Amino acid sequence: MKVPVEWLAEYCAPDLPVDELATRLAMTGTEVDRIEHHGVRALEHFVVGKVLVREQHPGADRLSVCVVEVAPGETTQIVCGAPNVAAGQTVAVARPGSIMPDGTKLKQAKLRGQESNGMILAEDELGIGIDHAGTMVLDDGLEVGAPLAGVLPLSTDVLELEITPNRPDCLSVYGVARETHAATGAQLALAPWEDDALGTLRADGSTASDLGVEIVVEATDLCPRFTARAFHDVTIGPSPPWLKARLMACGQRPINNVVDITNYVMLLTGQPMHAFDLDRIAGAKLVVRRATDGEQVVTLDDQERTVDSDVLVIADADGPTSIAGIMGGNRSEVQNDTTSVLMEAANWDAANIHSTSLKLALRSEASARFEKGLAPEQALDGQAVATKLMLELTGATLVPGTIDVGGDGLAHAKHAVIRLRDKKVVGLLGVGITRSESAMHLQRLGFETAERPDGLDVTVPPWRRNDVTREADLIEEVARLHGVNDQLPATLPRRRGAIGVLTPAQRLRRRAEDVLVGRGLLEIVGWSFDSPTRDDRLRLPAGDPRRAHVVIENPMSEDAANMRTTLLGSLLDVARHNAARGQGIPGIFESGRVYLAQAGRTLPHEHHALGALVPGDIFAAKGYLEALLDTLRVTLCVHGSTSEPQPFLHPGRSAAVRVGEELVGWVGDLHPLVAADWDLAGVAAFEINLDAVVAAARLVPDYEDLTSFPELREDIAIVVGANVPAATVLETVRAAGGKLLARAEVFDVYRGEQIAAGRTSLAIALTFRARDRTLTDEDVAPVREKIVRRLGEQLGGELRG
Amino acid sequence: MTERIAQLRAEADAAIAAASTSAELEELRVRYLGRKAELPNILRGIATLAPEERGPTGKAANQARQALDANLAQRAEQLAGGELEEQLRRDVVDVTLPGTPPQSTGHLHLLTATRREIEDVFLGLGFKIAEGPEVETVYYNFDALNHAPTHPARDRQDTFYVDRPEGDVVLRTHTSPMQIRALEAQPPPLYIISPGRVYRRDSDATHTPQFHQIEGLAVDTDITLTDLKGTLLAFARAIFGPDREVRLRPHFFPFTEPSVEVDVSCFMEHEAGGRCRVCKNTGWVEILGSGMVDPNVFSYVSEYGYDAEKVQGFAFGMGIERIAMLKHGVPDLRLLYDNDRRFLEQFG
Repeated sequence: MKVPVEWLAEYCAPDLPVDELATRLAMTGTEVDRIEHHGVRALEHFVVGKVLVREQHPGADRLSVCVVEVAPGETTQIVCGAPNVAAGQTVAVARPGSIMPDGTKLKQAKLRGQESNGMILAEDELGIGIDHAGTMVLDDGLEVGAPLAGVLPLSTDVLELEITPNRPDCLSVYGVARETHAATGAQLALAPWEDDALGTLRADGSTASDLGVEIVVEATDLCPRFTARAFHDVTIGPSPPWLKARLMACGQRPINNVVDITNYVMLLTGQPMHAFDLDRIAGAKLVVRRATDGEQVVTLDDQERTVDSDVLVIADADGPTSIAGIMGGNRSEVQNDTTSVLMEAANWDAANIHSTSLKLALRSEASARFEKGLAPEQALDGQAVATKLMLELTGATLVPGTIDVGGDGLAHAKHAVIRLRDKKVVGLLGVGITRSESAMHLQRLGFETAERPDGLDVTVPPWRRNDVTREADLIEEVARLHGVNDQLPATLPRRRGAIGVLTPAQRLRRRAEDVLVGRGLLEIVGWSFDSPTRDDRLRLPAGDPRRAHVVIENPMSEDAANMRTTLLGSLLDVARHNAARGQGIPGIFESGRVYLAQAGRTLPHEHHALGALVPGDIFAAKGYLEALLDTLRVTLCVHGSTSEPQPFLHPGRSAAVRVGEELVGWVGDLHPLVAADWDLAGVAAFEINLDAVVAAARLVPDYEDLTSFPELREDIAIVVGANVPAATVLETVRAAGGKLLARAEVFDVYRGEQIAAGRTSLAIALTFRARDRTLTDEDVAPVREKIVRRLGEQLGGELRG
Repeated sequence: MTERIAQLRAEADAAIAAASTSAELEELRVRYLGRKAELPNILRGIATLAPEERGPTGKAANQARQALDANLAQRAEQLAGGELEEQLRRDVVDVTLPGTPPQSTGHLHLLTATRREIEDVFLGLGFKIAEGPEVETVYYNFDALNHAPTHPARDRQDTFYVDRPEGDVVLRTHTSPMQIRALEAQPPPLYIISPGRVYRRDSDATHTPQFHQIEGLAVDTDITLTDLKGTLLAFARAIFGPDREVRLRPHFFPFTEPSVEVDVSCFMEHEAGGRCRVCKNTGWVEILGSGMVDPNVFSYVSEYGYDAEKVQGFAFGMGIERIAMLKHGVPDLRLLYDNDRRFLEQFG
C-alpha cells in the first residue's frame, strides 16, 4: 500500500521527519518497506509563468521560441516543443536548477541554436498526470512568479507499507491516518465521510424505483450489503491535477474523472467502488446471483472469462456484466459519452472472493481488499465521499435516495464487547501497563472503553470486527502501541524441570555424521525433490518399493514432481556436478529423509537415511560403513547381494547390509550403466536406514575386563575353495573356537601360483582370552586343532604349509 | 707373563685412543677381549700356570680386562656423541618445504553446522529437540495453527500439495506443525525446538523451494513476552556475538498473538560512508518471527490438557539458511544446494 505523505497529512500530520514517522509506524506494527519520493525536487525553481511572446523556431518546425515572464518584471527565453503553447497562457515553468521526477537536473541549454532557460511543463513531466499532448495551461488568475508547489501537488514522500492480512482497514489512507494517530498521538482529522456536507443523504429511506434501476440480491449469503446511488448530467473528462497527482503517487493511472473518483475513494476509505453507465444497464435491473456453469463475462481488461456457479456475478437483462467484487465488465463500463452513472459500493463474502480470484487467476485492488474481509458499514462511507466528488468534479446531479440492500440492521447492530483484564495484560506481557494507558491506546484506534472493576470493557469498531475478537487481540493492540521493544525487559522462563538434552537417537545421528567427516568425507545437502525419470535411470524394476513416491500435484517443474525414496540420486547428482567442474569425485555423504508412500495411509513413511558415495570399489565404501557402524557399536552383517540384488549396483560386487535379521541397507560398486548415465566411473556407495541402525546401537556399553590377563594371538592360513565366502569361514572358526576365542579376523587373502587353482588362502588372526587366567599354549592348542579340523570337515579347508 | 699383560694393555689403550668410529672400536673389543683374544685366553689358562704365578698373573690380567672394558665404554661414549652430532648435521632439511598432507578431514555441510550450533544454544537453555514429518496434513500445517480458510499461504501458488484426491496433504510450509504435535505429545510445561526441512513454491537468489527452519515453543503457566525477549536475546548473543541487542517489532502471524518480528543489531564492522551488505545501514537485521501462542492454538489441543486460561507460552521460527548466510556472508541461497566441493570445504 502506497501512502503519499502529502495525502496522509490531510488527516494526520505528526510533526516528525518522514524517516522517523516510518520508524514509529514500523515499531508499532505497520511495516514500511521503503520511503519513495514522488514528483520533482528543488521546488524553489518551479514557478508560475506567463507566455508573453511565441515565435516559430527559425531552425525547427516543431519548436517554438517563447518569451516567458517568470517573476514580476523578469522575462526569459524558453524553447518549447508543445504544439498548443501560445502567447497569453499562464503556464508551469521549471527554471534551470530544477530536478525532474526522473532525477535529471535542468540546465541552461541551446536548442538548435536558440537559448532556452528552462521548460514549459506538460503534466506527465511533473508526474502528476499522463498527458503529454501539450503544455499544461493554468488558471489565469495565478500570480506570475508564484511558487508552483502552492498551485500543484508537485512533490511528496510516499510510504510504501506492508499491510498484514489481518488489517484490511489499513489498505486506505484514512486507515493509515488512524494508525498514525495511535502511533504518534498527532491529531486525527474527522473522517472524510463524516465531513461530508451531503451526509444527510445517508440512511435515506428512498426506494429503488427513484433511481431508475432495480437492484435484486439473490445470493444474500455472499453479498451482505449492496448500495447504489445514481447521478445524472455527468460530464466525462479529465480529473483535476491534484486528484491525478494523488493517484499517480499511489501508483495508479488516471483514466477519467468518474473512474478516477472510484479509485480515489477506494484509496482513501478502503471501500472499493464501481461505476456503471446507467444507460448501458440492459433492462434497468441488476441482479446479484451465482453464475451458471459455463457463463461468459468480458471483464474491463477485455478478457473473456468463463465462470461457474461458485462465482458471484452482477447481471443485467443481457447476462453477467461484472464479476462481483473483483472486476467490472466492459459492456456497462463508463465511456466518454456517459451522462448517467450508477455508483455501486457493496460488501462481499471474503472467502468467496478469495476462491474466485484464485480460480480465475484474476486479482484486482478491489479483490485484494474484499478477500480480507471489509465491514458492511464501510459501503456508505464510500458512497458519501464519492457523492461529494461526483458533484464537485463531474457536474453531476444526485438522484435523491440510496438503494441499500442488506443495510437495514447495521445501524442497530451490536458491536462486540470484550473484557480486558488488568491482570491478564501484565500476565501475558510480563510488564504492567496502566488501565488508563490501555484505554488511551485503544481509544485512539477507534475502540470505545468503559471502566470495570477488573479492567475495561472494550467495544470493537466495525472495521476491526474480524481481527479483534478476544482478550489476547486487545492485549496485542495495547502492547504494540505501548512499545513491545523499548518498554520490555529481557527475562528468562523459569523452565521448571526442563532439561535440554539430545535423545539417544539424535546423539547417535550426530556421531554417525561426525565419524564420516572425521574420515574425510564431505557432507552434502541434496534436494528432497526427485525426477520421475530417476527410477528408470536407477534401473528400479516395476513393483520396487522405491517406486512408491509421494507425488507433488503442483511441482515447481516436472522434473521435481516426486519426493525421493533413496539418497542415491542426490549423491550421484552432486558427484557429477563436481566431476564436471574439474573437482574430481570427492567422497561425499548425505544424512537426510526419504519418503515412501504407503497405500491406505494419509502420510508416507519417512525415515532418516544415511548414504555415501566414494571413489573406489565396494571395499572403499564398506570401509566407511564399517567405521560408522563400529562407532555406533552396531554389529554389521554383510551378505553377497544374490538374495536381494540392488539393480543399480554391480551384481557381483555389492551386498545387502543387515543388523541382526533386519535388512537396513546396501553397499557396493555402482552398476556400470548407472555410473555411466551420470558420467562417472570407479565409484562405490552405500545407504542405510539410520533410524533402524540407531535403534540397534548399544548406547551404554558394559565394562569388560580386557587388561587383567593378557590375550594370546595366533595366525593361521587356511586354503578353501574360492567360492567359499570369508564370512562363512569366520562363522565356522567362531563356532569351533568356543569360549576362549575372543576374535577372529581375516587379514590377508591370496590366490595364485603357490596354491591350487580354484582355491583361496585366507590368513586369519585368532585372539584367545580367558576371563580368569593367563592362557598357555596348552590351553589354546586343542582349540586351534578343533578349528582346523572343523574347517577341514565342513568347508574342505586345509592348513597352508 | 705380567709383562705381556702390560704390553697388551698398553697396545690396546693406544689403539682405543686412536679409534675414530664405533665400528673400529667394536673391532678392537673383539681383538682384545673377544673369545679368541689373548687376554681372555690368559685368564682361562691361569690354572695351567705354576702355582706361584697364578696369583700375580690372574690379578694383572683381571685388572687389565677391567681397565680395557672401562676404556672401551668411555671411548664408545665419546665416539657416539660425536657421531650423533655428525648425524644431526647430515639430517638437516629445508623446513620451508610444505608439510606432508595427512588424510584430509571432511566437513559438515554449512546447514548442518549452523543447525547444530543453534540447537546447542537452545539445549543449553533447557529446550529439547522434537522432530516430525515433512509431508504433513493440512490440519497440522494450517488449520490447527489458526490459519483462516482464505489465508494466502494455503494457495496452490505458494504451497506444494501432495497428489491425493482428498487434497489434504502438503509438504509442510514451516516447522510450526510441530507445535501442535509436541503439544499433543506432552502436557505442560513444554520447552522444545524443532529443526527440519520445509517447502514453499519460490525460487530465486533468496528463496529455494526447499529450505530449513528451527521452530521453538515454550509453554508453562507463566511464560511472558519478556521471557520471549530474554530467550531470543540469549540466542542472538550466542550466535552473533556477546554485544548484540534484539529489537521486537509488532507483526502478524496467525498462530501467535501478540506477534513480533525480531531484529538483531548488526554484527558487521561499519566503515564510514560505506554501505553495509547485511543491515543496509539500518543497524538492524531481521532474523525471525515469533510471538505469544494464540489462544486458538491451545483450543486445538484442549483434550491434551491445554487451557488458554491456565497456560500460556511463546513460539518462534527462524530460517537456518538465513542465519548461515548472514553469519558467513554467503550471497546466494542456491550455493548451499549446489554442493560444490570448493564451497563445502570452506565450512563445518
